Amino acid sequence: MSSESGASIEASIEVRIPTILRPYTGGAKVVSADGRTLRELIADLGARFNGLDERIMTDGALLKFINVYVNDEDVRFLGGLDLALNAGDKVTILPAVAGGAKNCGAI
Amino acid sequence: MTLRIGAHLVTALWEHAEREHPIEACGVIAGPASANLPTRHIPMENSAYSPTFYEFESKALLRLYQELDDLDEAPIVIYHSHTSTEAYPSRTDIAYAGEPGAHYVLLSTREEIAPRSELRSFRIIDGVVTEESVEIIGD
Repeated sequence: MSSESGASIEASIEVRIPTILRPYTGGAKVVSADGRTLRELIADLGARFNGLDERIMTDGALLKFINVYVNDEDVRFLGGLDLALNAGDKVTILPAVAGGAKNCGAI
Repeated sequence: MTLRIGAHLVTALWEHAEREHPIEACGVIAGPASANLPTRHIPMENSAYSPTFYEFESKALLRLYQELDDLDEAPIVIYHSHTSTEAYPSRTDIAYAGEPGAHYVLLSTREEIAPRSELRSFRIIDGVVTEESVEIIGD
């Protein structure tokens, strides 16, 4: 294996896209992307679908309104954006369902 | 827009909200993805256990969406209770609202008003709140 083997052959990680982000993927519910870590995968999503990465992470952190799962585990409990990924992993992105009377001042 | 909802579902939401009071109750009413009609009540656990905040537990949220997907259903209604304030979306509700196709239903169980008197429905899209009428239909 050459050290240059990072050259993409075929995107190998399946990513499920929630309804609210499908305008970025032309309506696609499942897309493929690549990355050795979750951070790289999200950057690759942004390279394939302009702006999509910024709806998942900003300033190097996952947005709190978004949940990301790798093989059905919430990445917040797995190492977050530095989590190592492997070909065949399945990633699911979902908007958190949350709210409440307390004003969080998030907007 | 109008939310059309069965009377038995409205009763179920109130029962859930009253059972959890003063903690905020939350959940969804699913329905066929192709129709705009809520049919299946799925109460969710509020993992925040708070009188002023609710959140679907992360794993439960994933299981819910996988189940909806398998059944070709959508979260037609996403509801929660406000236990000391009016049934109107807070800034937090608006910031988190991530389902542009859902009816966001709020119920108030605050003690200054008559029981089961305040249930309202909203669309929340890109930070814009639009109230809609609620039509309760017979079972």
